[in-house]
Amino acid sequence: MESITFTETPFVRKKKRTEALAKLIFFLMALSMIIPLVMIIAYLVVQAWPILSIDFLLENPANRMRAGGVWAPLLGTIYLVVISLLVSAPIGVLAAVYLNEYATDNWFTRIINLAVVNLAGVPSIVHALFGLGAFVLFAGIGRSILAASLTLAIMTLPVIIASTKEALASVPMPFRTACWNVGATRWQTIRTIVLPNSISGILTGIILQVSRAAGETAPIMFTGAVFFKALKDDGLFAYNLLDQCMALSMHLFTISTQVPDVPHALPYGTAVVLMAIVLLTNGLSIAFRVYLRSRKRW
Amino acid sequence: MAPSTDKKIEISNLYVDYGPLSALRNINLDVYRNEILGIIGPAKSGKSTLLQAINRTIEFIPGARVRGSIKIDGEEVRKIKDINGLRRKIGMVFPLPVGLPLSIYDNVAFAPRMAGIRNKSQLDEIVERCLKQAALWEEVKDRINNLGTKLSGGQQQRLTIARALSHEPEILCLDEFSIAVDPVTTMRIEEVLKELKSQMTIILVTNLVQQARRLANRTAFFMNGELLEIDKTDVIFSDSPAHRVTYEYVTGIFG
Repeated sequence: MESITFTETPFVRKKKRTEALAKLIFFLMALSMIIPLVMIIAYLVVQAWPILSIDFLLENPANRMRAGGVWAPLLGTIYLVVISLLVSAPIGVLAAVYLNEYATDNWFTRIINLAVVNLAGVPSIVHALFGLGAFVLFAGIGRSILAASLTLAIMTLPVIIASTKEALASVPMPFRTACWNVGATRWQTIRTIVLPNSISGILTGIILQVSRAAGETAPIMFTGAVFFKALKDDGLFAYNLLDQCMALSMHLFTISTQVPDVPHALPYGTAVVLMAIVLLTNGLSIAFRVYLRSRKRW
Repeated sequence: MAPSTDKKIEISNLYVDYGPLSALRNINLDVYRNEILGIIGPAKSGKSTLLQAINRTIEFIPGARVRGSIKIDGEEVRKIKDINGLRRKIGMVFPLPVGLPLSIYDNVAFAPRMAGIRNKSQLDEIVERCLKQAALWEEVKDRINNLGTKLSGGQQQRLTIARALSHEPEILCLDEFSIAVDPVTTMRIEEVLKELKSQMTIILVTNLVQQARRLANRTAFFMNGELLEIDKTDVIFSDSPAHRVTYEYVTGIFG
């Protein structure tokens, strides 16, 4: 056998070229993810710049939506997001715990899992029609914050179940068997080992749904969001559960398409506020993930 | 204490299937109180399955089916309602160490706590006793609140043994406990097992036939899901066990 030398053969040079090319292509593809995001944000901020201020956040729309700020829609969006997650997070987490920790693999479990996957893929406009039929009309809640929140909850529920299941499944199986072997019940195992080691992942999944719920227009348009609503006061509790409300996504839609002669910066300013909510919550979830890794216990 | 012939575990006509695969066939086996029963045999012979059938963790394996009878202290295992009580009665140690993602202290205090013991001094006492029995106390006594998962493999295995002892089991099942443990520590644990024999019944599944020879009062030889023979360890390791294949296996001709 020939001894190994370190002079470059044509084959080695070719391998090097291919390697460099492959790396470059992968890098460009990864970069192409960032460029649109940066461009969108930059464009929005530049266009919205004249109008951005604290007052823009805290003032209500005025002069038939052609002046003022976004306080009423912003508060409405906060209401919708908080209430919908208050409903979907507990149900989703508990359902995921059942599916991942208790359910055995049988036809019933498979149907539930199939339903979860498919519900996650249902278009939001279909959720909107379901919400209209089920909550607004059938349950008789009427168009309201409550009906819209419940519709958003139905929409976010399957995703929360899926992400929670994933977080639970990331806790290695041998930990569970070790607990069962010393006579711990399933619930004791879940409480002491599984949940403490997956809670950050669970919370990350829930937080990501904040931005989704905040951004959707269709589900709330039919079920509780309105073109304009005058707030009764400036406080945080200006909306009632059974009131209709304004919402940022809906507001952006109406001032961009339904209202003539809106100042140029106004829709952009609204979009910046909406984007800021989305990016802030995503940033929060990233921070959680970093925290999760830093205290990984095995 | 001399091993009695008082039966702690009685297994009769035991069959275990995983779906279409048969793991154990027609096992008839008694384990006597305060003995160490060695179980040897090549891979896939059903040794680990037997242990899982005894503490019923086999029920967590999808498709596993158990027929036949396992009695502990005369009580049919499959009819026991308090399954967690059953598992507390049996200490289990598996080949790969599992340190729970808790502190060393909490790892050992886990089982007593799950059984409802809250008293701090009682827990302290259990933790110290079990870590000493598992030959780990001296190495960790100054960092008892560090994470158990950060220990080395060998230390984690001793932690696992300490945890298996923490609920004061009457039966201790060890499945290849020495795979992840260095030879010196293995010897120390073997000494511990000899002492523990006076307090409990021990089933030792091992691939190291010499370990069975050193420790076991009786040894069972499993092959392809069947119990080929069980006898006094001296007989199994003599020149004339009942089966030729047993002789070949323990002397290393087999294969």
